[in-house]
Amino acid sequence: MSDADSVIEVRGFSAWYGTHAALEDVSLDVLAGEILGIIGPAGGGKSTFLRSLNRLNDLQANFRSSGTIRYLGLDLADPRVDVARLRRRIGMVFAVPVPLPGTIRDNLALGPSFNGTRADLPALMEKTLRAAYLWDEVKDRLGMSAFSLSGGQQQRLCLARTLMMEPDVLLLDEPCSGLDPISTAKIEDALEELKKEVTVVLVTNNVMQASRVADRTAFFLQGRLVECGPTAQLFLTPKETVTNEYVSGRFG
Amino acid sequence: MSRWIRFVGWLFTSLTGLCCLMILAMVVIILGDILVHGAPGLSWEFVSAEPRVGMTEGGIFPAIFGTVALVLLMTAAVVPLGVATAIYLHEYAAQDSRVVHLVRLALQNLAGVPAIVFGLFGLGFFVQFAGGGLDALFFGGRLAFGQPCILWAALTLAVLTLPTVVVATEESLRAVPKSYREAAYSMGATRWQVMRRVVLPQSVGGMLTGAILAISRGAGEVAPIMFTGAAYYLPYLPKKLNDQFMELGYHIYVMTTQSPDVEATLPILYSTVLVLLLVTFGLNFTAVIVRSRIRRRLRQT
Repeated sequence: MSDADSVIEVRGFSAWYGTHAALEDVSLDVLAGEILGIIGPAGGGKSTFLRSLNRLNDLQANFRSSGTIRYLGLDLADPRVDVARLRRRIGMVFAVPVPLPGTIRDNLALGPSFNGTRADLPALMEKTLRAAYLWDEVKDRLGMSAFSLSGGQQQRLCLARTLMMEPDVLLLDEPCSGLDPISTAKIEDALEELKKEVTVVLVTNNVMQASRVADRTAFFLQGRLVECGPTAQLFLTPKETVTNEYVSGRFG
Repeated sequence: MSRWIRFVGWLFTSLTGLCCLMILAMVVIILGDILVHGAPGLSWEFVSAEPRVGMTEGGIFPAIFGTVALVLLMTAAVVPLGVATAIYLHEYAAQDSRVVHLVRLALQNLAGVPAIVFGLFGLGFFVQFAGGGLDALFFGGRLAFGQPCILWAALTLAVLTLPTVVVATEESLRAVPKSYREAAYSMGATRWQVMRRVVLPQSVGGMLTGAILAISRGAGEVAPIMFTGAAYYLPYLPKKLNDQFMELGYHIYVMTTQSPDVEATLPILYSTVLVLLLVTFGLNFTAVIVRSRIRRRLRQT
């Protein structure tokens, strides 16, 4: 069944926090070079799914899962997987901007420093800041505290910081939920450019955002994947009535 | 009805305000009394000379020196131990494990043990068991560490202040937002890298707060050092870890209860109390300055 150009294959994946089932039997592929949008009401398992892809749920003491997730054929549950290395290949941006204490430069240098320092750091910083549409705004103040940036700028800094690891896959967990329309537009523009180099999985509460930027869209409801297909098809001619109801704004 | 409600409101405001005033009054009375009676006796000789004439004259320098040395030794022992314990408990141990529960229970109980019991524990464990053992092993049975001395007194105080440091450090680790850790992990940091680069820099301030609290507590305790190292009177300063020492709090205790002439020592007693307060404030103040320096440096980098 494995698709030749799928980067991540999820098969029969279920997940629990304690006794609460967060995901039930989800099977889904992430294709190379696409933007996969994930939509659905809050509590539907979107974030759990995303955080399973880079094994960030491991930090949760009572988290359990079954089924398999393969990244480039590698089973993530394999005990031999170097989780730190995996997370450098599969980067993540959170819903709330999380600049870390320190300067803008410190934030950008942090990821590479976990992996030993690099010689071309300044060049890479410029590249990632440009990719995050932030370079012009911060190029003269890289030495200033990351907290001095606006919320939208902080989120783009977090995007640039993740790109510093030059990941294959970018996981975005509602990256625009707290941002104004202009900042949102900048991030969406950045994603359009980025998909030439990385595969993007974008969880969003904003149905319209998925319809704008996603190549394919998956709809999660109550821990289950209801359906997944090309974005236009999912929005215009969904297979399930519940999908139609959600994308047309009748609930959620 | 509304008059009644207003009266109750007024009553409670007054009562709570009165309680605050009482606390203020107590501090003012205590400090004022000590200051009025103690300040005249303060002189350069008093803080720099040794006691003379059965401790009714002269100064208290050995006790000042002993107190500072004791507190520094205690801090050097308790901070690494307490911080390491807290880091293990909060960051590394499985939170539902039985060992962690036991350690926490032990810490809570440790915090409730009376100071005099620590003194007896120090005498039994440090002086006799550890010290005696060291003597038997390394000194051929000759008396070296098997006696009350500044090392054992400092370690006894360290055990006493351990819960304070652990609790303060855990508090500061808990204050580091979960999102910081997740962000660092998501960038491919190992557990140690998350600790070293993100968590510890954020919690250094809290650890130093623990050290400050430990200093405040430790500098004022007399009971734990009575049997473990403090001396009634010593004509010399402690130079080695196994020397005995004079200490301000113990000196005050000795002068009030065992002086041959309590009336004659009263002015010296007051001045000694004042000096003890000043030394404690001084140690605290130094620690606060160190903490703010470190915080500022962390903010800059």
